[in-house]
Amino acid sequence: MTYSYWVLARALLPEMTLILGALLVLAYDLLRAKVHTPEERRAAALWIGATAVVAAIVDSIFVGRLGPVYGFSLVLDSLAVPTRTAVLGLALLTLGVSSGARLMRHPAEYVAIILFATVGFTLMCAAHQLLLAFVSLELASLSLYVLAGFAKDRRDSAEAALKYFLFGGMAAAFLLFGFSLIYGVTGELDLSRIAFSVAHAEMTPLLTLALVMVLVAFGFKAAAAPFHLWAPDAYEGAPTPSAALVASASKVAGFTLFLRLLWPGLGPLAGDISTAGNTGGWQTLVALMAAASMLLGNFVALAQTNLRRLLAYSAISHSGAMLLGVLAWQAAGLGPVFYYMATYGLATVGAFGVIAVLEANGGCSKITDLAGLGRRSPLLAGTLTVFILSLAGIPPLAGFFGKFAVFAAALQIGGVAGPAGWLALLAIALSAVALYYYLIVLKQALVANPVPENAGPIRVPPAAALALVVAAALIVYLGLFPAVLLDLF
Amino acid sequence: MHLLPATIYLSFAGAVLSLVAGLRSAATARGVALMTALFCWGITLYAACGFTPSNEMIALVDSPWIPQLGIRYHLAADGISLTLVVLTGLAATAGVLFSWNIEERTGEFFAFYLALIGGVYGVFLSADAFLFFVFYEIAIVPKYFLIANWGSTNREYGAMKLALYSFAGSALVLAGLLWVYASGHADGFSLGQLAAAAVTLGRPAQLAVFALLFTGFAILAGMFPFHTWAPTGHVAAPTAASMLLAGVVMKLGAYGCLRVAMPLVPMALEFWAPVIAWLALAGILYAGLVALVQEDFKFVIGYSSVSHMGFVLLGLAAANATAAAGAVLQMFSHGVIAGLLFAVVGRMVYERTHTRQLAQLRRMPLHRLMPFTAVVFVIAGLASMGMPGFSGFPAELTILMGAWQASKLWAIVAAAGVLVAAAFTLRAIQVAFFGQTDKESDLTSHAHLMAPITWPERAGSILLLAATVLIGLKPDLLLHWIVPSLHSPMFQAVWQGGVR
Repeated sequence: MTYSYWVLARALLPEMTLILGALLVLAYDLLRAKVHTPEERRAAALWIGATAVVAAIVDSIFVGRLGPVYGFSLVLDSLAVPTRTAVLGLALLTLGVSSGARLMRHPAEYVAIILFATVGFTLMCAAHQLLLAFVSLELASLSLYVLAGFAKDRRDSAEAALKYFLFGGMAAAFLLFGFSLIYGVTGELDLSRIAFSVAHAEMTPLLTLALVMVLVAFGFKAAAAPFHLWAPDAYEGAPTPSAALVASASKVAGFTLFLRLLWPGLGPLAGDISTAGNTGGWQTLVALMAAASMLLGNFVALAQTNLRRLLAYSAISHSGAMLLGVLAWQAAGLGPVFYYMATYGLATVGAFGVIAVLEANGGCSKITDLAGLGRRSPLLAGTLTVFILSLAGIPPLAGFFGKFAVFAAALQIGGVAGPAGWLALLAIALSAVALYYYLIVLKQALVANPVPENAGPIRVPPAAALALVVAAALIVYLGLFPAVLLDLF
Repeated sequence: MHLLPATIYLSFAGAVLSLVAGLRSAATARGVALMTALFCWGITLYAACGFTPSNEMIALVDSPWIPQLGIRYHLAADGISLTLVVLTGLAATAGVLFSWNIEERTGEFFAFYLALIGGVYGVFLSADAFLFFVFYEIAIVPKYFLIANWGSTNREYGAMKLALYSFAGSALVLAGLLWVYASGHADGFSLGQLAAAAVTLGRPAQLAVFALLFTGFAILAGMFPFHTWAPTGHVAAPTAASMLLAGVVMKLGAYGCLRVAMPLVPMALEFWAPVIAWLALAGILYAGLVALVQEDFKFVIGYSSVSHMGFVLLGLAAANATAAAGAVLQMFSHGVIAGLLFAVVGRMVYERTHTRQLAQLRRMPLHRLMPFTAVVFVIAGLASMGMPGFSGFPAELTILMGAWQASKLWAIVAAAGVLVAAAFTLRAIQVAFFGQTDKESDLTSHAHLMAPITWPERAGSILLLAATVLIGLKPDLLLHWIVPSLHSPMFQAVWQGGVR
């Protein structure tokens, strides 16, 4: 075991770049706030922030797979590097999307906090030790609470932040309690040693309790039923770029953290779900959460009239599918679940990006507010179509292959006779249900007439347009060539 | 032959081009669409000229696509797919001609239209089940927008119903494919690999997989009792979309049954054949009888499509090469004839009379107001009834002959279906075109309202009529391609009940 500060510094190069970027954003704004208009302040902050994120992406690729860093605190392995890069990419898109959103007070602080949250995400992707995992999760979460409540002039933003915070705080408490129990039982903080320790241990009530606590926190972070209740309100009330970040980068990071915790760390307690009879282990609980999320998410989404709430319930149902991907690790490894997370994140950032631009141009809360989008802005309508169809899982877009790969992997665990197979069949059936509400959204955007009839064209700021086009192009590209991402594992 | 994949790429490229061209003017978009459709059709005809019938699939493109899952980008063609791509080219060209009058958002219309066509070409040329499924789903979404945007009666309902039925069907297919792939530990998604994997499953599992795949595809082929999307969808759709829906999209379902479901699980057809056959017969008779009492002209044609597709399914269920050859011929024949009927009803009659109610059409003597239209419809009606000399006759006859080998009762019931078809077609001809008016003055007042038949309509009608007459007089043009393909090793296994 080596504790080299030099290696640690190299491994944390992206994080350091981000923090430096955040401080630069704040400093520049402090110096020039008096001179610039709010638009200029936001543009400057976004440019500095985006440069920092791009630099961090380059760092992340350049640093590569260092392996264990500083003992085993961090591990830059084949899971950490792609997810870290993906999280940074999603954060970059979120910044791009913010440029088209409604202007808020303190734009520079907003960008800086997005960068801090991103530092939390990247650390979550690499953390290999309980304490570091918890600290990085909290860094991300606290930043997200602030981002959710950032629109101080709107009551629903405050509501979103408060709900998110209360649920999140509760989940954090559960997680910490779970961690302390694991530490108490095994005497270890490092995941691989925990795995070694629990491999020979009996499934004691204390360990069961610890697992349940950890999974409650996972359920919250993933917005999986029955721990999903914060999601619709947070998605609805939070400023749109914040919601985009919560729905995309935060989700990818959260899933990565728990993937690492559950498989390399608590893998020996996974149990076996290839047959219905055997019900020990955490996989059973994850399978139940997956089923509940897919059912609840898809069916409740059918009844939504608010676009963001619809996306929230769609996110819940996608969480169910991603949980299925978590289970599928043992059959197919990381490829399917990573592909699913990354492309889902792209589609969600994009969809929220379109909402953000619409909001800055008069508002977009109801699905019917999209009416006539095709005529008012072909760019927004076209990219929204790509995002929504990808969420619906229509080929050749990336969402389709994500589902396909995850379901195929899940079916390999015990075939159709096993619970994982049932879940996969359930998910396939529900994807036909989901098409209904996704088509309802597209119907407004591409079929309905504008309200009022003479509503003018919508101006899309260039940076936001670029972010949307890049996200859409990536979805098409990754859908046509899925092997590009699968090759990373 | 090796140019055939270009039809797929050209159609998608044409979709993008016409979207861009539509920003300039409607006429440019139309021109782009017509050129694309014609060009693709030309390619299929050129390929047909150079085609030597054999019992092997000719590989067109075969390269690794997603090596991690053993998925290949594998396009191939045989006589069956060649027949259907030629049909697609013809139907697409005629469809563009009959949508010449689309003035609203023309570029978008043809973009969705050509995207649909591209998906259809892709399905007919795919030899990898994953690729097949991808193209199959690509064809679903444009249908929704074509109908919801440019449709008529109850268009949003019809469009959504059609999209959900199609998607539910494809969900069943996906479940079936993944079941075979995962449980049979297949190395990849080529039809051969999946068939090899399916053999390792137990008999109940094989039967279940077949049921999933066949039902999923047959929903799109309009199998009773899952046919209800078809009449509402056809009626709601704009003319060109109804032509494509009935002409080629329903064929996608039947083709999926024939190309994927049956060879993948060859032993299961024997078990399910009676069920499929009786559902097909129920569809033939039920839809035929329903067509007999429809008051909306387009619903008559919509139900007649379901009835005629019943023959295709019957041909598949009979599980012998004769009936299957008839089924493929019927796919071609129905694709042409249904396109023609929808073109007459949706474009030539409805656009001029602004009604499709037979009760109102009865009072307009259309045979005097639009003689060309009346002639086209009468010929198309005769072809649809299965008159000798038109393509419907050899097709249905071959199916009946094949069905007779499988079960005499099926053939007899199906023959009754032919009579029902004659009844509803004659009624439609009589009521819609040979109605009477009380006063001569009505005639002149109507005559003023009727715009003359335009050249695209004439061209489209003549193309389709020529095709049905040509195949009616010389069916072995197509049978010559189809029959050898049905004796490939994969199909042999089907006809022999799974014995390889």
